[in-house]
Amino acid sequence: MSRLPTADLEAFARQRREGARAAAERRFNREKELGDRAAEFAGQALIGRHEFRNQVTLIVELGGIHALLEHLRDALGFDVLVDLTAVDYLKLDGDHPERFGITYHVSRTADESRLRIRTYVDEDEPVAPTACDVWKGANWAEREVYDMYGIEFRGHPNLIRILLPQEYSGFPLRKDYPLRGRGERDNFPVIRRGEGGTA
Amino acid sequence: MSPASDQLSGKPISQAPFGERAISLEPGLDEKDMVLNFGPQHPACHGTLRMVMTLDGERIRKLEPDIGFLHTGFEKLGESRTWNQFIVVTDRMNYLSAMSNNIGFACAVEELLGIEVPPRAQAIRVLMAEMSRISDHILGIGLQGMDLGAFTAMLWAFIEREKVYDVFELTSGGRLTTSYTRVGGLAFDLPEEVPHRCRRFLDRIDALLEDVEGMLSHNRIFTERTQGVGVFTKDQVLTYGWTGPIARASGVQRDVRRDTPYLGYETYDFEVPTHEEGDVYARYKQRLAEIRESCKIVQQVLDRMPAGEINALGKVTLPDRDEVYTQMESLIHHFMLEMPGHGVQVPVGEVYHATESPNGELGWYLISDGTAVPYKVHVRSPSLYNYASMGELCQDHLIGDAVAVMSSLNIIAGELDR
Repeated sequence: MSRLPTADLEAFARQRREGARAAAERRFNREKELGDRAAEFAGQALIGRHEFRNQVTLIVELGGIHALLEHLRDALGFDVLVDLTAVDYLKLDGDHPERFGITYHVSRTADESRLRIRTYVDEDEPVAPTACDVWKGANWAEREVYDMYGIEFRGHPNLIRILLPQEYSGFPLRKDYPLRGRGERDNFPVIRRGEGGTA
Repeated sequence: MSPASDQLSGKPISQAPFGERAISLEPGLDEKDMVLNFGPQHPACHGTLRMVMTLDGERIRKLEPDIGFLHTGFEKLGESRTWNQFIVVTDRMNYLSAMSNNIGFACAVEELLGIEVPPRAQAIRVLMAEMSRISDHILGIGLQGMDLGAFTAMLWAFIEREKVYDVFELTSGGRLTTSYTRVGGLAFDLPEEVPHRCRRFLDRIDALLEDVEGMLSHNRIFTERTQGVGVFTKDQVLTYGWTGPIARASGVQRDVRRDTPYLGYETYDFEVPTHEEGDVYARYKQRLAEIRESCKIVQQVLDRMPAGEINALGKVTLPDRDEVYTQMESLIHHFMLEMPGHGVQVPVGEVYHATESPNGELGWYLISDGTAVPYKVHVRSPSLYNYASMGELCQDHLIGDAVAVMSSLNIIAGELDR
């Protein structure tokens, strides 16, 4: 590899840095515009929108979430579901209509624009539509959310616990679940010495 | 004794003794099908991974991964530790490249704070991230060879990886669990000897890559077991959310370092190599190509390592120790960061920050309620999204191919189960 003298390297770095700053600004403007288009599609279902640290968040009602996700993939070209998780807003101040929020981070490979979509689910009946039919990557992410928060995804092909044992009771990432304690291990069968066998 | 039940389905496991035909209790299973339990304790299951395979002879009709054996509750733990304390936890996620995780988390918190680390800290972080990528990829290639019977490649890889760990030990004091970054900077400045060690490492790495390539690239056993095996097309890669080298091996042009640069990655001259075939062999070639690009970056960092501070100014990093002993202001500042119940105060908000870890996009979704303890720490681990496709990848392959496919994904159980 050719090695440039230090002065040239610094000039190169400066030029690249300016280019990247402009590109970041363009990306943010593009994300805002994509956010506008998604908000327009969501229409009545849109209940909020905010921008923080150059990241665009759209908040939609649970009823409109599946249609919006399909629209994002098919019409706006968001071909990758980067991340799916839930948040328990039990102890967080702020304008949160329900206790649980489900957050989707989507990205499109064409220009690396990203959006964050959020919807809220009811505490007494935590059920949301699945996104597995939109992106297959949602499968395990939704299982994890079910495992940790107890939110059910309607239409999920295999909604069972993923990280914790199937016999586990309780949803550990809920804010009312204690960090320490006893109790769950009662569910496990006790095998004494000499009873093991080959199975 | 009550019959043992299968964890995945909750149904009793067949108790048929060896030699008799196993009686399948799964409904919808064909007479000739057999269920094989692979892992979680098996040398080819890196970490603790379990797969339940339904076999027709040696063909995999259905493969169901069962994960969670290394679940440690990191995300729950994050909600009771301060931002800086959590850096120690990030080491334990991807234990093959702890540096990358340290750096990714620190960058995410800095994004939430809205601060930028000084140029020297950025350069050191890039140096460490690339060294850890090299070590991770070298080991990945070595283990890929080992799983297919080429044990020598793995031993060679381990020798060079130790050299990278020597650099980490000099820099951070730890070989495997480095905990090197702090919010707003680094734990220590770079020791004087490190650039020299890195240069010596770069001088040797070409010879290793040539040796490994000579050993594997045209090895008939290796090529026949990897070419055309575990093929994933571009569309499949996108719908499963694959990222990193394995996605680029299927022709997906994505690299967080280039697309949304952080830590000044835009100022380095490097390529994002891709391969089109999308099979196990392409992933092996992809890792080799990426090692070479990382070496280029390391060379450039060493050539223009800036001097200066390693910690951002302001109230998030520790004050100078001399000032703590002589000035009231600095003493209070030190106290407010170090004492129990205190720590870096992060403004209310939420942020998702992605970095390119050796396995793919490592993203952090952080929510702060304005205190010294995070409200939520969620990690978007590349392994989870990569491994979710295992069933589809191994469909109609042989059992031996499943081993080849799994080692090509380089799944890290700590990161997968968190």
